[in-house]
Amino acid sequence: MPTLWLVVSLLVLSAAGFVFGRQRAMSSAEGNAKELHSLPSYYGHNVAFTTLLPALGALAIWLLVQPMFIESRISQLIPEELAPDRQTLGLVMSDVGRVAEGLDVAIAKGALSADEAKSLRTELTDVRARLGEVGVALGADVRPEVLEAAQQYRVMSKTGNVLMAVFVAVLALGGFSWSYMQTHKDFRARNVVEKGILSLLILAASLAILTTIGIVLSMFFETINFFKLHNAADFFFGRTWAPNFRGDSELSILPLLWGTLYVSVIALLVAVPVGLFAAVYLSEYANNTVRAFAKPLLEILAGIPTIVYGLFALLTVGPLLVGTFGKGGFLGVEWMAGATSVLTAGVVMGIMLIPFVSSLSDDIINAVPQAMRDGSLGLGATRSETIRQVVLPAALPGIVGAILLAASRAIGETMIVVMGAGAIAKFSGNPLDSMTTITTRIVSQLTGDTDFASPETLVAFALGLSLFVLTLGLNVLALYIVRKYREQYE
Amino acid sequence: MNDMQFTDRAVDQKETKIAAHGVNVHYGEAHAIKDVNVEIEDKTVTAFIGPSGCGKSTFLRCLNRMNDTIDICNVTGNILLDGEDIYDKRVDPVQLRAKVGMVFQKPNPFPKTIYDNVAYGPRIHGLAKNKADMDEIVEKALRRGAIWDEVKDRLDKPGTGLSGGQQQRLCIARAVATEPEVLLMDEPCSALDPIATAQVEELIDELRTQYSVVIVTHSMQQAARVSQKTAFFHLGTLVEFGHTGQIFTNPEDPRTESYITGRIG
Repeated sequence: MPTLWLVVSLLVLSAAGFVFGRQRAMSSAEGNAKELHSLPSYYGHNVAFTTLLPALGALAIWLLVQPMFIESRISQLIPEELAPDRQTLGLVMSDVGRVAEGLDVAIAKGALSADEAKSLRTELTDVRARLGEVGVALGADVRPEVLEAAQQYRVMSKTGNVLMAVFVAVLALGGFSWSYMQTHKDFRARNVVEKGILSLLILAASLAILTTIGIVLSMFFETINFFKLHNAADFFFGRTWAPNFRGDSELSILPLLWGTLYVSVIALLVAVPVGLFAAVYLSEYANNTVRAFAKPLLEILAGIPTIVYGLFALLTVGPLLVGTFGKGGFLGVEWMAGATSVLTAGVVMGIMLIPFVSSLSDDIINAVPQAMRDGSLGLGATRSETIRQVVLPAALPGIVGAILLAASRAIGETMIVVMGAGAIAKFSGNPLDSMTTITTRIVSQLTGDTDFASPETLVAFALGLSLFVLTLGLNVLALYIVRKYREQYE
Repeated sequence: MNDMQFTDRAVDQKETKIAAHGVNVHYGEAHAIKDVNVEIEDKTVTAFIGPSGCGKSTFLRCLNRMNDTIDICNVTGNILLDGEDIYDKRVDPVQLRAKVGMVFQKPNPFPKTIYDNVAYGPRIHGLAKNKADMDEIVEKALRRGAIWDEVKDRLDKPGTGLSGGQQQRLCIARAVATEPEVLLMDEPCSALDPIATAQVEELIDELRTQYSVVIVTHSMQQAARVSQKTAFFHLGTLVEFGHTGQIFTNPEDPRTESYITGRIG
């Protein structure tokens, strides 16, 4: 709550800064706006931003750092015998947090006075019962060390919050007065505002990049933990995927990779011809009316959530395939046992990728200059000859890029394979067999209730990182090809 | 009945390659070409001149039905090639374009090798029996395009790597390779420097011995240099058509005179 008030007062101060900055600029030019270096509102914006942005930034950083700092100080208070290793320490620390929170609630409800909360002793009071009365449930009796740590925790966060408010207020007022003093008719407010906006944009871009790096790093460290517990050679070169919750599992990526690639290849076999032909029709043959109607319709496919495709695979395509290839089916063969199979998932994923391939290829085909088509038609070629021999070769690098992007989507796709491909990890060439993929295994390894520190759970991170490396490689390759192609015509 | 007479006359004169009668072109609502009549002779260079937007390029594109590729374009009237109406339902525009070749304003070599650029048309129309035959066709076309000496050692290099003037001569060679009867050129030198322009003009003069050439140009000097007949278009109508010398020295229509002396344009 105090943070909210802090932000509100910052905003008010900054709004006041706008008004005062503008006024001061105008009065320094004796009311004649033409005397000013910049438009009057730039002076206002300068004061407003200088007041607001550093203070807000400091507030955000403080809010991130303070809990970490306090936590590390408090954890030193916890005696060794209570928390012998890092994991129990984590549990004790969350106990401390809960007790501190409980004390806050108790004070807020009037069940305890602030002084009482500070001087509580486990020897004198049943803390668990007292907190239970105000609705804070604790799992076990509170140990004296924990209570003491919780009290210390409250004290520290309280001082921290006060310090934060003071610091932020000083920063805001400092920014306000500094920029207000600077405001003068010769001051280049416009250039300063320009720089401020530039730094905001850079901040947004670097946040996005830093997040990506953070995601990769978090996966990377868990992967290292996994390889400490499990043999890397088995992971990369083993032949069996057999997680065993009693430990000693065989966790090899290869059968999963096989399933992933098999499903993706089938998906591309569906998506590439259909998507490409649709793109050729839409960009080369269809008249404006048809295009205006058909293109959005095709792109609706891209807006369908993948879980819905999963349902489609499970309830429609799977049974249809069983009805054809399964026992008592249409062909009278008995090749398919259940509705989940590589083919089911592949076909449905292919349908999902059609708009992806077609809309990228459409853009690329449209980027081929009309002069190329004219040249070919002018020599007496038919439209399809022109497309086959001139347009598609010219667009080929871009189309290959589009296909690679589609492939990386297919490899990373989860919901359709969870519902359509099955759960059995094996090497098999039969597309009617049920198989499993990397993404499905990540889901099942992380949603079980195994110990988080076991290799059976941590393998999910190694799988995730491998998947990331695979799709990243494909994306980089695709972007490289597409970019190289673009240089050719622009 | 009327049509028959026109056809008869075209046959009688023998020199006439293309005869256009009462041609009107509409782009949607806009009336781009208004009732144009013109007769283009064989083995002659005919220049179309006129200010921008006067319809000369549009009319040129009517002659090989390139306007068919534009949805909203509507052509009426008749255009006879060797006495046959090219807008007749029985005529295949694709076949027609093989007979009436076209060179465009901007050099547009395909992103293929020089050899494949030239061989493109002959391959489509099956003009070569074997590889040696094709080599011969390609060499002949490149020689006629006056570019053989410059590219004979780099036939397997991409055509897009040539200079602008070389690219345009490659495009001319490419058009010539399909053995057309008429060659349409839509401002073929507007993207070229003066030296390349001179080379292409020289080439056009040589092509006259075998083909009927129709050239659209913005440069009146160019029209005067390369053509024997000149047609002046203004606001979609054909104002005057006659021998080049006469158009440039003694025009009948005051609008033609104003244009060639630079007062309208």
